[in-house]
Amino acid sequence: MSARKTTSGPLRDDKRARTLVTPEGLTLPIKLASRSARAGALMIDVMILVFSIIAVELLLLWLAAGVLDGTALDPGNLNQSAAEFLGIVLALFVFVAWYGYFLVQELGPRGATLGKRIVGIRIAARGARRLTPEAVIARNLLRDIEIFYPLVTLVVLLSMAGREDDIGVLGWVVTGWFALFLLFPFFNRDGLRAGDIIAGTWVVERPRAKLAAVLSAQGAAAAAGASEVTGVRYDFGEAELSIYGEKELQTLERMLRDAQPDALAAVHAAICRKIGWNPGAGDERAFLEAFYAQLRAKLEGDMRFGKRKADKFS
Amino acid sequence: MKAPIISSWFGRGAVATPPDIESAALRSDRFRLEREGEWRRLEDILARMERGGLKRIADDDLVALPALYRTAASSLSVARETSLDAATLAYLEALVQRAWFQVYGPRQGFVRWLRGFLMGGWSRAVRALWLDICIALFVMVAGTVVGWLLVARDEAWYYRLFPAGGGDARVPGATREQLLESLSHDEGAYGLAGFAAQLFSNNSGVCILAFALGFAFGIPSLLLLVHNMALLGALLWLFNGQGLTVELAAWLSVHGTTELFGILLSGAAGLHIGRAMAFPGKLPVLESAAAAGRRSAVVMVGVVIMMIVAALLEAFPRQLVEDTGSRFIIGGTMLIIWLSYFILYRPAAPLGDAGSPEAG
Repeated sequence: MSARKTTSGPLRDDKRARTLVTPEGLTLPIKLASRSARAGALMIDVMILVFSIIAVELLLLWLAAGVLDGTALDPGNLNQSAAEFLGIVLALFVFVAWYGYFLVQELGPRGATLGKRIVGIRIAARGARRLTPEAVIARNLLRDIEIFYPLVTLVVLLSMAGREDDIGVLGWVVTGWFALFLLFPFFNRDGLRAGDIIAGTWVVERPRAKLAAVLSAQGAAAAAGASEVTGVRYDFGEAELSIYGEKELQTLERMLRDAQPDALAAVHAAICRKIGWNPGAGDERAFLEAFYAQLRAKLEGDMRFGKRKADKFS
Repeated sequence: MKAPIISSWFGRGAVATPPDIESAALRSDRFRLEREGEWRRLEDILARMERGGLKRIADDDLVALPALYRTAASSLSVARETSLDAATLAYLEALVQRAWFQVYGPRQGFVRWLRGFLMGGWSRAVRALWLDICIALFVMVAGTVVGWLLVARDEAWYYRLFPAGGGDARVPGATREQLLESLSHDEGAYGLAGFAAQLFSNNSGVCILAFALGFAFGIPSLLLLVHNMALLGALLWLFNGQGLTVELAAWLSVHGTTELFGILLSGAAGLHIGRAMAFPGKLPVLESAAAAGRRSAVVMVGVVIMMIVAALLEAFPRQLVEDTGSRFIIGGTMLIIWLSYFILYRPAAPLGDAGSPEAG
């Protein structure tokens, strides 16, 4: 996998960008999830799990208290099988919750647990392969030795040390183990943890984009559009339109879609200075819309003849 | 940064009507307006699929999905060559990627996968690991012998292997009656189900550990096997001293044939990954590890099932059946069932089955 060359849009050439080649031969840009997002997702998931396990435990305790009440508070004639049943329910619930939570959700159509969904990431097979149930199982089994076993062992060791038992170097060994797996994603380019390596998966940002409005159909950019304020139609000549390239066009597009009026005024002034017009005031938006539409018409027209202008320097 | 996702949970369904095509000044925008309806339909189908699986999708939408995906993909490649509208390009890239995840996503849910797994996927995966199983078996036998020899040479090793000590009758120097007593059943069925549930979480934890440690080139998996089997060897030595080997073997065999088989398989699965990483052959290391990981994950799901069976056997028949012969019959039957399931049960692999070890 190699980082894609910049063809369009901002932020394409950062370290987390990868490409995916679909079976149709189309290259799609994907972005790996950041390590902090993944850590956040894991924390949310663990919190959900721990809280629901505690909730079930409290519920079972409450039921057990009820069972004990039925015996007139004499543990001697406690109904053994009722108490035992509650114990089994708890043990099985913990097991199923622990492994099922990740497994079932990641196998679903979203490929993400609740925590991953909240931070906006999902798992995917590396390369352009299909995500399989085996891969999901493998990556989740490995999570145990990466995080939970060393954590549990550490807690046990710490409590032993608290009671002044001698734990020797074992504490440091377990800490080292924990640190090794925790830092694993920092030692490879794709941010893979051990489970991802075994399963052939990686974690990517979930694609999310809303279709924005058509700029060239509104305001002064439209086919017969004129300024609403002055009623003037802006027309730019060949020389004025050949200054800027695609990069500036797309910056202008972003500004038109979500910038504030004073920012637009600054852009307006800068463009007027560049193309040698005398900047007026009060009609910046109409001017910029018209300029955007005509610049894009020219650049796209050139594009159809195979002539591209990346930015104002080329 | 993208907008927080919370907003997308509420602002759904408000779709503005697209402006009319003639009003667009640019050819590329007219191209977009002509196809926008299909993109939005695809987006809508995808949103419903992501929310609730396939059941909520009408049949004709499901049939249209691949065609809509290809339309969006070809729109994207045309737009890349003709349009400079960054927002539309970003939208199309995200849309095609989302559709790709669904069209080429996991083909089966968990339940369907589980059915394919029981109907042949499991035994195929086990057979694919035959070499690792042989190695793990050898290591386990060696571990038992080592445990025996260690304790036979120096009894102090016994206390090192079983540090609990206090209250347990099974210590060197115990009389024949005490040992025999420890093999007999407990008072009754009380507490056995809870015991089974506990045994199960404990044993499957050990197995998952043996598997996951395979990541360090398989060596910790083998060490874990040796350690567990050394305990068995020491126990065998202890009972042999009082001429109780047969009784111990019967007592162990009830659940042991299933449990030790499960431990054998998880050790082999760990070793399989370790071997794939140490000797990747012609594949890149990551590819090789991933292929081995997927194969052994299938085996591991099976091991968890075996642990459930073993825990039930350990809690009920072993504690309730006292006769040596009957214990051997139960254990032997389980062994024969497992062996014939893994070796003789060979249904044809369904075409393109994701459960088969070769797929993917």
